[in-house]
Parts: sequence; structure tokens; C-alpha cells
Amino acid sequence: MSQPSATIAIINKSPPYGCSNGQESLDMALALSNFAQDVSMFFIEDGVLQLLVSQDSTVIDAKAYYKTFAALEFYDIENIYVCKHSLLERGIKASQLCIPVTLVELEDLSKLLSKQQHMMSF
Amino acid sequence: MSSFTLLVTSAPYSVQSAYSAYRFAVAAVESTHLIKGIFFYQGGVLNGSSLQITPSDEFDLYTAWGELSQKYQVPLMVCVSAASKRGVTTAEDAQESDNPHFSLKAPFESVGLGELAILISSSDRLIQF
Repeated sequence: MSQPSATIAIINKSPPYGCSNGQESLDMALALSNFAQDVSMFFIEDGVLQLLVSQDSTVIDAKAYYKTFAALEFYDIENIYVCKHSLLERGIKASQLCIPVTLVELEDLSKLLSKQQHMMSF
Repeated sequence: MSSFTLLVTSAPYSVQSAYSAYRFAVAAVESTHLIKGIFFYQGGVLNGSSLQITPSDEFDLYTAWGELSQKYQVPLMVCVSAASKRGVTTAEDAQESDNPHFSLKAPFESVGLGELAILISSSDRLIQF
């Protein structure tokens, strides 16, 4: 494939269950990275809940897609940014997240996003 | 001239987003910009269902997508995995799963997410609706 690689930010604002956004966003991230795009993931607002390590999706017959977050590093998706303020608001510590992430101050988010060529949000 | 990829993640009718995407696409091609492709994902895949019946006094978005695609050679791409889960399938997929019904046909195409990567990397802008 001769297409140049683009930088793409995928912004996650939705909680893990109640809508398909989280699962379909992760599918999107993996596919785009597989096709040589430079993907960065951002988790803000309720989106940070997707990364909680203590989830039991089986009680609502939902897929435990959060286990796939561990695969991001094998897809060369290394830029995983989590809004520090959103964690604080929800009483979540970084140690409660299922993968290593980069914590970002609220005011630095727009700076990081402005470096991206493209953006999509779920 | 700029080139655009449109990502439509909203179902038709329930919210205005898909219609807004259509209006944006028309405005872009009429002012000589290029729409590389329109990619339907999440609930947006329902835009590709040929089983939609629009009341005669309402705007027929399904037909409008088809006319736009034909007149300006704009590809209408529907994500196969998102569509299958929502009952939007091609005749071929229906046959493979022993289902007598299908709802996805030309000019809409059933494609993988890789096609979106190719569209994005060859466009100046990606716009999500």
C-alpha cells in the first residue's frame, strides 16, 4: 500500500456500557493502525471508565472488550492519553486502570490534539 | 480545491447528522471540492439499508445518497462488521448465513475498516457526522 500514513486522534468520551461507542472505537483504532495509520487514543469524561481494571461485563451479557486494550501495544498504538481531571472527578486512580497510560492535564489536551491531522470521536 | 472524507456514525431520521452529512457533501462537490468517499460506521450503516420506506411528504435520504453518488462518483462505503450486527447485509452475506433477506446493494458497497484508512490518508480533512 503506497498511501502515506496520517496521524489520527480517536477521542473516547462514552462509558463502556450502555452504548456501542467504546467497543466500536477500539475496533476502529486497531483497524486503522493495522492499515499503517498513526493512531493516538484519548480518554476524557466518562470515557475514562472504559479503562477500569475491575469490570464484569458478563452480568449484562456484554462482551468484555476492555480486555482488548492490552493488545494496543502490539498494534503499535503507544500514545494513550487519559485526562487527569476526568479521573479526579470520578475518584479514579491511575493504578485502577487496566493498561499503562499517559496522564494529561486538561489544558494540555488541546495542545496534543492540535498536533493531529485528523480526529474522530466516540 | 480540498479533498474530504466523511464519516457518518449516526442513523438516518433519528437524528439530523446523516442529513447534515449529505448537505455538506452536496455543498462540497457543487463548489468543486472533492469528496473522496463517504464511510458509514456504527448506526450510520442504516443509511445503506434499501428497505427504508420514506413517506412521500418527507425527504428521501436513501435515494438522495444514491443520486449524489451517481452524479459525482462519490463512493458510499458501509462497514461490513458494523452493518452485519445491525441487519444491513448484502445478498452474498445473506446467502452465506442462510438468510433469505438482504438490504445492502449498489451504489452502497460493503467494505472493511481498512478502506476508511485509505480514504483518510488520501484526504485533506476527515469530518464526522
